[in-house]
Amino acid sequence: MSQTTMTRPAGETRRVPRRPAAGSGDRRAAVASHTVLSVWSLVVLVPLLWTVLQSFKTSAEIFESPFALPSRWSFDNYVSAWTTAGIGSYFLNTVIVVGCALFLTMLLGSMSAYALARFDFPGRAVVRQLILAGLTFPIFLAVVPLFFVLQGMGLLGTLPGLILTYTAFAYPFTVFFLIAYFEELPGEIAEAAAIDGASEWRTFFQIMLPMARPGMASVAILNFVGLWNQFLLPLVLNTDQTKWVLTQGMAAFASSAGYSVDFGALFAGAVMTIVPVLVVYVVFQRRLQGSVAQGSLK
Amino acid sequence: MLRRRRLDLDRASLLIVFLLLPFSLYAVMVLWPFVQAVSYSLTSWSGFSPDKPFIGLDNYTELLGDETFRTAVRNSLVLLVVLPIVTLGIAFAFAVLVTVGGPSAGGVRGVRGSAFYRVVSFFPYVIPAIVVGLVWAQAYDPNSGLLNGVLTNAGLDQFEAYAWLGEKRTAMAATIGVAVWGMVGFYMVLFIAAIQGIDREVLEAARLDGAGRVRISRSIVAPYLAGSVRAAYIYIGIFALDCFVYVQALNSTGGPDNSTLVITQQIYTTAFTKGDFGKACAMGVVLALLTFAFVGILQLVSRIRSRGTTPVTPMGGVR
Repeated sequence: MSQTTMTRPAGETRRVPRRPAAGSGDRRAAVASHTVLSVWSLVVLVPLLWTVLQSFKTSAEIFESPFALPSRWSFDNYVSAWTTAGIGSYFLNTVIVVGCALFLTMLLGSMSAYALARFDFPGRAVVRQLILAGLTFPIFLAVVPLFFVLQGMGLLGTLPGLILTYTAFAYPFTVFFLIAYFEELPGEIAEAAAIDGASEWRTFFQIMLPMARPGMASVAILNFVGLWNQFLLPLVLNTDQTKWVLTQGMAAFASSAGYSVDFGALFAGAVMTIVPVLVVYVVFQRRLQGSVAQGSLK
Repeated sequence: MLRRRRLDLDRASLLIVFLLLPFSLYAVMVLWPFVQAVSYSLTSWSGFSPDKPFIGLDNYTELLGDETFRTAVRNSLVLLVVLPIVTLGIAFAFAVLVTVGGPSAGGVRGVRGSAFYRVVSFFPYVIPAIVVGLVWAQAYDPNSGLLNGVLTNAGLDQFEAYAWLGEKRTAMAATIGVAVWGMVGFYMVLFIAAIQGIDREVLEAARLDGAGRVRISRSIVAPYLAGSVRAAYIYIGIFALDCFVYVQALNSTGGPDNSTLVITQQIYTTAFTKGDFGKACAMGVVLALLTFAFVGILQLVSRIRSRGTTPVTPMGGVR
């Protein structure tokens, strides 16, 4: 890092003066800033590290010595959470549901965004407004009747039902994010393709969609995190325990709170629920933070 | 001529498949339930009976006299005010520190190690809210929890077995603390992006005129970010009113003396535990009206201050 240079500037004539030896006020401010930010980092990291630590202990150990290291580092809790508490099958369900919903959302969302961004047709403004409405209405208002909508379709408590619901609820955000993207793509390329005889369909799939790849990646990551962490929709609509997703499994731990809970398994389940999103976050950290900023503040 | 016809068919088929089909799914599963909720709120439907007896505004008048619901509304309003102020305040301060909080001489920059602080602070946002709630419910545990362990080790013996979530005095504050923990990094990233949108030249010019970090934050960053902060207030306000997971994970029964009970929890139990479907929908409508009133007021404020913003949910599509 270059800001460690300690040379004094020749004078105030330089456009960007280099840093002089830090004054005591500066040093105090730096210490204060770092203290505040480090304390916050600890507030974030310590509970997570503690969770990992607890996940290696037995319930008895957690109660007797909540802050000691585990007497024996074993994966027993992970095994029992995975098998006995059903985290394994919830994990599989989550992967299926999030994977399918993510694919559908990206496909349908990008197609609709493209149609809305590049085609003029009667009612376009209304459709846009209705899609925007889905973002501002409290989700809770919809969820109650949605239960019976799904029941009516025979999809209550099924994975396809959950996949369609996830898709429908992730749709408005995806469309809105991508409309801006497709509007910015140069129209000349699409026109050139049309003159060359490419159909509208082909223009989309072979030219426009690949060009929107960075935007697609950003929304996909945001949607992945959002869908993996989704709790309310499965809680209400995914009523069959064999079809549960991870967040439901974790909630079951919470609602059975008391001495019957296998606390070691609870912490192990928490770790296993966090790890996939954490991996995605660490790998795509820049893109995720970038897309949050880009997609939210217009 | 032939080419035009072909194009028309081409376009029509594209619009049908690209827009009409997905939009229908969205309409059936998102928009239609919203409309249904409003009409169900005028009935005393139990959810499972074949008929839906129309009772007009009875559900709403009943809600007016419902002590528990009034408590829930009050708690939601507390969340609506306190959660954004605390979260956005901390997020703003951190964003300023990591972007312009560096030394007062030389180029304008953040404190050292900003990248690390940014990455770590954003961490909780990607963790499922239910897990955040569970981990903190354990951390708040009176006897084996992390928090009391840290406090008693620091010599504060009065926290030996203090039940943070079980005492009326602290239950709500402890709940808000968890939500703040989960959200600060997200808004910090938003504000950092907005600050990075400030013209470097302006910052450097101010620096040459002798402005230190405090002066730059107050006179340049703060006014420039006013619009972003208002937009952020809209998102976090909608979130605060819609908040369910954290409160449910920390105190699924509404906390001591209903001190952490919020509207969404009331809707959930009224619909799915008590089966009072019409009333739950009426509560949902009340929640929606509150949300619209809140968003409307904030947008009015931003229109008066001339920088309009469009609310777009930042929660990755699915809240």
